[in-house]
Amino acid sequence: MSALQQRDKSTKPTATEGTRPRLRLGRFWPWAVVVLTALVLPQVFTSGHSIDMLSQMGILVVFALSYNMLLGNTGLLSFGHAVYFGLGGFCTMHVLRMINDAGTGLPLELLPLVGAFSGLGFGIVFGAVSTRRAGVVFAMITLGIGALVHSSALMFTDFFGGEGGLFGNRVEAPSLFGVDYGPSENIYYLIVGWALISAIAMFALRRTPLGWMANAVRDNPERAQFVGYNPQMVRFIQFSLSAFFAGLAGGLFILADEIITDETVGQIVSGQVLLATYLGGIGYFFGPVFGAVLVTFLETSLSSYTEAWVLYFGLMFIAVVMFAPQGLFGLLHQQVVAIRAGQWKGTTLLRLYLLATALIAVFGLVCTVELAYHYFGSWDPSAPLNLMGVSVTATNALPWIVSLGILAAGLALMTAHARPRLHRKTSAKSSGGEQ
Amino acid sequence: MLETIAFSLLNGLLYGMLLFMLSSGLTLIFGMMGVLNFAHASFYMLGAYFAYTVGLVTGFWAALFLAPILVGMIGAAVERFGLRHVHQHGHVPELLFTFGLAYVIDELVSLFWGTVPVPYRMPESLDFTLFTMFGIDYPAFKVFILAVSVVMFVALYILLKKTRAGLIIQGSLSRPDMVSALGHNVPQVFMWVFAIGCALAGLGGVVGGIHLVTEPGMAFLMGPIVFVVVVLGGLGSVPGALIASIVIGVLQTLALSVDFSLAGLFSGIEVSRESFFSTLWYMDSLRLAPVLPFLLLVLTLIFRPRGLMGKREA
Repeated sequence: MSALQQRDKSTKPTATEGTRPRLRLGRFWPWAVVVLTALVLPQVFTSGHSIDMLSQMGILVVFALSYNMLLGNTGLLSFGHAVYFGLGGFCTMHVLRMINDAGTGLPLELLPLVGAFSGLGFGIVFGAVSTRRAGVVFAMITLGIGALVHSSALMFTDFFGGEGGLFGNRVEAPSLFGVDYGPSENIYYLIVGWALISAIAMFALRRTPLGWMANAVRDNPERAQFVGYNPQMVRFIQFSLSAFFAGLAGGLFILADEIITDETVGQIVSGQVLLATYLGGIGYFFGPVFGAVLVTFLETSLSSYTEAWVLYFGLMFIAVVMFAPQGLFGLLHQQVVAIRAGQWKGTTLLRLYLLATALIAVFGLVCTVELAYHYFGSWDPSAPLNLMGVSVTATNALPWIVSLGILAAGLALMTAHARPRLHRKTSAKSSGGEQ
Repeated sequence: MLETIAFSLLNGLLYGMLLFMLSSGLTLIFGMMGVLNFAHASFYMLGAYFAYTVGLVTGFWAALFLAPILVGMIGAAVERFGLRHVHQHGHVPELLFTFGLAYVIDELVSLFWGTVPVPYRMPESLDFTLFTMFGIDYPAFKVFILAVSVVMFVALYILLKKTRAGLIIQGSLSRPDMVSALGHNVPQVFMWVFAIGCALAGLGGVVGGIHLVTEPGMAFLMGPIVFVVVVLGGLGSVPGALIASIVIGVLQTLALSVDFSLAGLFSGIEVSRESFFSTLWYMDSLRLAPVLPFLLLVLTLIFRPRGLMGKREA
């Protein structure tokens, strides 16, 4: 419990953001930006590959937002959220196959609801078991349930389709508006529509009494109980609703991919949504949206540039946990707040200097990693490698020394010079202001 | 049938002791520091790979000691430069840190050693038959694994229960301010605990890498099962971890080797192959084996959250 309270010191913005008494239209511009971007992007990037990527982004956005209902709003760290995503997907797939067999039935536009309600069903069953306690116990139960479901995927081959998974055909399903869902662009707009509906629903949920109660249970369960709420019940309801939206994302996944395997309920997907949500920032509504877009983009584009993308991913995650627990979106948001409050005055150069040292360190790190992957991974380590526009030979010592030197210099400047200086300056400023 | 059961029990005991070597380190770290180390199985994997590489130069017997020490040093560095800084934000970021670390270690291992298994084999001095049972040879190496794990258990038990160091370690968890007022460096105690825990996992890897396979997926395979052991045994309880390891090891090996299904047990009752229930009815224990530990984990957390021998709730 103390863990949860402590964690929330890092995500304080939720509280301040939430206690605003009434809605203001000015606060809705991020929505407009996100929606407009989502509508315009497929017109700009028209290749099938990029539209598929955009669809995956939309799906992960819904999934990550549902995950943040647990982690950000209720303080529950789940290691098995893919269970509801995957099971929702499998149920949707079975209904889609039934429609394919019968030639008629539920219109395709409403299929994600199948996923949503089956997610809700499984959420109620497993949530009754797992939400009795919070903290590390909850994390472990979800891990156990996740492993349980994943390993039973190979037992119940009728439902999970065994190793090969299950296929369906979205084109043969009837459409409510007579749209042909063959082209992936049409399915993308359907996904955007559902993503928007569920994002609005989840945003609204945060502002209901249930949302407030969830925050209260996260911050101080004893006190919430003393006031008359049952923390276990609040956790359970939040968990079930979160599973509802996760299932919806699973249903959308079926529409986009038309294939599902047992991997979908597994640890990797659970880890991915945790990564996306936390990287984006759990204290903000738009944090997971940002994280989901970033993670999908990096996964699909970075993986075509470098073999080391998983490593970069892990390192980025560790860096965020260590240096920016409020997430990347939180980091950006803090800067905006600081500029508005005039805290950037006099420290602009210093902040840019800190950023530059960090970038130098990242540059050195990327050089080193690429060298290492070339040296250990390729058939011929002595073949010339194009590293940042320079042709180098990985078997020579020089490129290693230069790369490691840049990395060390960047890190040393950042931790030993730039960060302490900025810290001294800002703390001197704030303490001066108080006196 | 008897020989199958006898061999399953023996192999289950062996697998259980391997699990114990991994989970004792985790239960130590979890029980003492409250950190659920997600990367623990990765340290186990590092132990196996280090032992393989060091063993190429020095031979197995030196690697048996060097590899765990190397893993322990890495663990100390991780605690000193990573976890300690995350600690101020609470337990959840600590957990997430080790979660990210597991990704990084797994990726680095497949970078340096490749994605295919490495030929890490038992030393020739242990490659002989110790005894023959029911006409089947039992290799000396398996008994050696048992011996190593028993020695480890006894050493750990003595360290924690009978020495001054154990007293300080236990005190640092419950009353860090008191212990530090008495002049002990609590952060350093935590660093040592973490290093010892990782070294124990590394030792598990040195022998486990030979018995199982040394490949980059080994951490991923072992990770969740180790958590099951720690929870089932009870937080921070080393004897509990021992019992839980053996229970899970025997249970899983028995399920794998003894052919058993509900349909076989009640052979008189016919269930239609068409009905949904028939999947469960005709399910043989072979396919049930991977699920058993996790079923046990969920049931434990529901009905007895403090595990078999834990004093506190998880």
